[in-house]
Amino acid sequence: MKIGVPTEVHVNEQRVAMTPEVVGAVVKLGFEVIIEAGAGTRASYLDEAYRDAGAEVVEGPKAVYDAADIVLKVRQPEHHPELKQDEIDLLREGQTLIGFLWPGQNPELLEALSERGVNALAMDMVPRISRAQKMDALSSMANIGGYRAIIEAAQHFGRFFTGQITAAGRIPPAKVLVIGAGVAGLSAIGTAKSMGAIVRAFDTRPEVKEQVESMDAEFLMLDFEDDEDGAGEGGYAKTMSKAFIDAEMALFAEQAKEVDIIITTALIPGKPAPKLITEAMVESMKQGSVIVDLAAEQGGNCELTEPGEVAVRHGVSIIGYTDLPSRLAAQSSQLYATNLRHLLTDLTPEKDGNIVIDMEDEVIRGATAVNAGEITFPPPAPKLSAAPKAAPAAPTTEAVAEAAVASKPGWIATSIGMALGAVALLALGNVAPPSFMAHLTVFVLACFVGYMVIWNVTASLHTPLMSVTNAISSIIVIGALLQISSGSFIVSALAVLALLITSINIFGGFAVTQRMLAMFRK
Amino acid sequence: MSEGFIQAAYIVSTILFILALGGLSNQETARRGNLYGMIGMGLALFATIFGVVSGNYFFLVVSLVAGAVIGIRLARTVQMTQMPELVAILHSLVGLAAVLVGYATFLDHTQSFYGIEKTIHDVEIYVGILIGALTFSGSVIAFGKLSGRIGGNPTLLPARHFLNLGMGLVAIWLGTIFVGQAADGGGFFPLFLMTLVALAFGVHMVAAIGGADMPVVVSMLNSYSGWAASATGFMLSNDLLIVTGALVGSSGAILSYIMCRAMNRSFISVIAGGFGTTSGGGGGGAAESEQGEVVAVQSEEVADMLLNAKKVVIVPGYGMAVAQAQHTVNEITRSLRDRKIDVQFAIHPVAGRMPGHMNVLLAEARVPYDIVFEMEEINEDFPEVDVTVVIGANDIVNPSAQDEPDSPIAGMPVLEVWKGDTTIVLKRSMATGYAGVQNPLFFKDNTRMLFGDAKATLDEVLRVLQSQESK
Repeated sequence: MKIGVPTEVHVNEQRVAMTPEVVGAVVKLGFEVIIEAGAGTRASYLDEAYRDAGAEVVEGPKAVYDAADIVLKVRQPEHHPELKQDEIDLLREGQTLIGFLWPGQNPELLEALSERGVNALAMDMVPRISRAQKMDALSSMANIGGYRAIIEAAQHFGRFFTGQITAAGRIPPAKVLVIGAGVAGLSAIGTAKSMGAIVRAFDTRPEVKEQVESMDAEFLMLDFEDDEDGAGEGGYAKTMSKAFIDAEMALFAEQAKEVDIIITTALIPGKPAPKLITEAMVESMKQGSVIVDLAAEQGGNCELTEPGEVAVRHGVSIIGYTDLPSRLAAQSSQLYATNLRHLLTDLTPEKDGNIVIDMEDEVIRGATAVNAGEITFPPPAPKLSAAPKAAPAAPTTEAVAEAAVASKPGWIATSIGMALGAVALLALGNVAPPSFMAHLTVFVLACFVGYMVIWNVTASLHTPLMSVTNAISSIIVIGALLQISSGSFIVSALAVLALLITSINIFGGFAVTQRMLAMFRK
Repeated sequence: MSEGFIQAAYIVSTILFILALGGLSNQETARRGNLYGMIGMGLALFATIFGVVSGNYFFLVVSLVAGAVIGIRLARTVQMTQMPELVAILHSLVGLAAVLVGYATFLDHTQSFYGIEKTIHDVEIYVGILIGALTFSGSVIAFGKLSGRIGGNPTLLPARHFLNLGMGLVAIWLGTIFVGQAADGGGFFPLFLMTLVALAFGVHMVAAIGGADMPVVVSMLNSYSGWAASATGFMLSNDLLIVTGALVGSSGAILSYIMCRAMNRSFISVIAGGFGTTSGGGGGGAAESEQGEVVAVQSEEVADMLLNAKKVVIVPGYGMAVAQAQHTVNEITRSLRDRKIDVQFAIHPVAGRMPGHMNVLLAEARVPYDIVFEMEEINEDFPEVDVTVVIGANDIVNPSAQDEPDSPIAGMPVLEVWKGDTTIVLKRSMATGYAGVQNPLFFKDNTRMLFGDAKATLDEVLRVLQSQESK
């Protein structure tokens, strides 16, 4: 089958759905690749590079759409300014379109695609299960968005990020607040941290606290009595209660006075972005501060955000770019193309260049919005998300109860054992001669000495320990020596034999221990 | 030489032996400790030979020298991967010596005891020979298993617990007969019969244990050899033997305990036989656990991942010993450390076939011991590790031990390698480990499998690393 990659037509879109590196991998799967001339130029991938990788470069979008069986895109189809017609009209029945389609927000696009009788796979609908992580293009883009958000903030922020003590005076480090510690938020935290800023983060899902702290950022806790968990389905946050939001807003208002840069990434799937930064908060911020609103496309987390623009209000730059990944075109094209390659790999189980849309496969089912002209969106809920926390609690209590039951007889048994031992010892002492009891004393004491000494032996020397104890236990040689001079021939013979084998043991044991210990070096 | 001098020499020997074991608490003092052990043994031999022995010097010297030659040759030529076998066969010698000395004592009538002393003496002989014979035959079987001369799988006879119990009862019964007959100067026949039973018991006990339980067996036999020496000491009224035997006995017992704890199994369940029994009851978890896809990689990719890592942890297992890959591992370690990549080793207590086996192999390959860590020391660090390389280990890195309460290995402490960024598992095939439990680690997203003989694949990795260096 032929894969076609046209140039993206969206204004200022610089990404491309295929890179030369991925062309090679896709050709190995049995596909042929056709690229529109200049498709990758804005992402720094030249036509020659595609050609070298084994792709065919053709002029104009029409040639791509006509020849291709599978069309790979970044953005959803839209009006083509050069052809003066919609990209959807270029599709023909039986073709497969893969790209960011946002079927939830674009019901009319789905209708149009279904009328054309195509298959359409939405990269944004790949379920968030661990097996599909390698095709999770949303995470790839969010990661880039988070990085770029800090770079944009640095561009508009008139100071250093890192603190310094210079001859000309002290420079305090910038303080960055990241709201929402998802993929984008964590990426922003990492970037800001590596530039030397003090980073704080807030998220409604308490379980991300660990991730935030693992990146050396401070996790802000809400002063809120009720334990409300903000984790919704598929790793996204959900809408919180009124009381929670009030507490949250109080925290932001307080932080706004203090921090220099705010990065907001709060999104709730299928709903407009929650308004978290009010005009009053913006007003309270220091002059020259920066807000980067990663939720701008969904209306923005800040009241004053103008999607796609940089607005300066009350001396604060509010960045509402909606095309952050596109501003890092080479990187995002590479990740996106790799995500596509993984999806294509799953779509071609035979590696013969023919795709199979297997509706039994959870990942493919989730991504497929239109199958042979039939709308299959929305997909059934994914089978398993992150396991709910309550489930393991029940077995734990049971186990504890069991353990308690088990430990009781154990304790009794130990006591009974000890009592029996003491009785036996006393009985023995009653009949045994004093010499035996003296030996027994020595024996018991030696056991305790051994116990104390051996616990101090380091685990790495357990093998030398065994070989040296082996050599030492050959002290049994004394027994043989005591009998070797016996008058009885058979006793002497036994003793000589015992002497021979213990001698092997003594010399062998010590020598091999010495050899091993000599090998341990720093 | 006076009796007092000999006793004094024995006391000094005892102290030296304790110091020898105490010296093993760390690598710096270990060599000195071994020296103390040798001096102690030399002193004991010297005092005994010149203080007690009154004849047969010719045979004494011949057998001592012959033994020394054989022993030193063995020690020089043994491969470090064969250490478990050597230790096992040396244990058998201690057991055999205990049997021989026991018989010699029984047949030696120069000392005479009366009444209760006679009974105690006879019981001592009986117990000494019993433990000695058990140690001997058990160690021989362990040696056979470890060296591959006999199959490593547990040989489980039907009703083996009753068989063991029966043999124990027979031994006690024969003991009462022996004590009764020995009082009148006889008793050879029941003693001999008991020796046969004890030998059979040793064979049967070790035959039922296999594979990864061997560390427990080896340390248990170590313990027995000590108790055998101690019993001989009682028999001969010699405190040096009693003390030394007790030291060795408790050493082996502690090692067994440590090994059992590292597998979260009770000593009894190990001795009672292989995993076959335990997994029959609650092993359903293994079969039903979900399978996924494994991601196989090639040596070049592994080399690449290693080069791009900042912190690498290597987890060696028995597979490394089998493939004799420790030298290649060291070369790779050096190559990575030269590039300022932090390399550490994580050793599970039961990795390999005897306690501390992996440490010795790594030491042999000249891996510095200060980058080799025990499980407790390193387990918390895994989240910061970029690449973990698991070489021929399975059960000790199995997450089911923590996640699946019905897994046969549930509760066993394991190395939490899956918490690292990427785990590379070197394995010959997808076969399960000794415990017969499927390992979900292999199906995790951040796990890559490198199939093939560990030595061959690692040589390839090393080659790639070195070719990168020359560029």
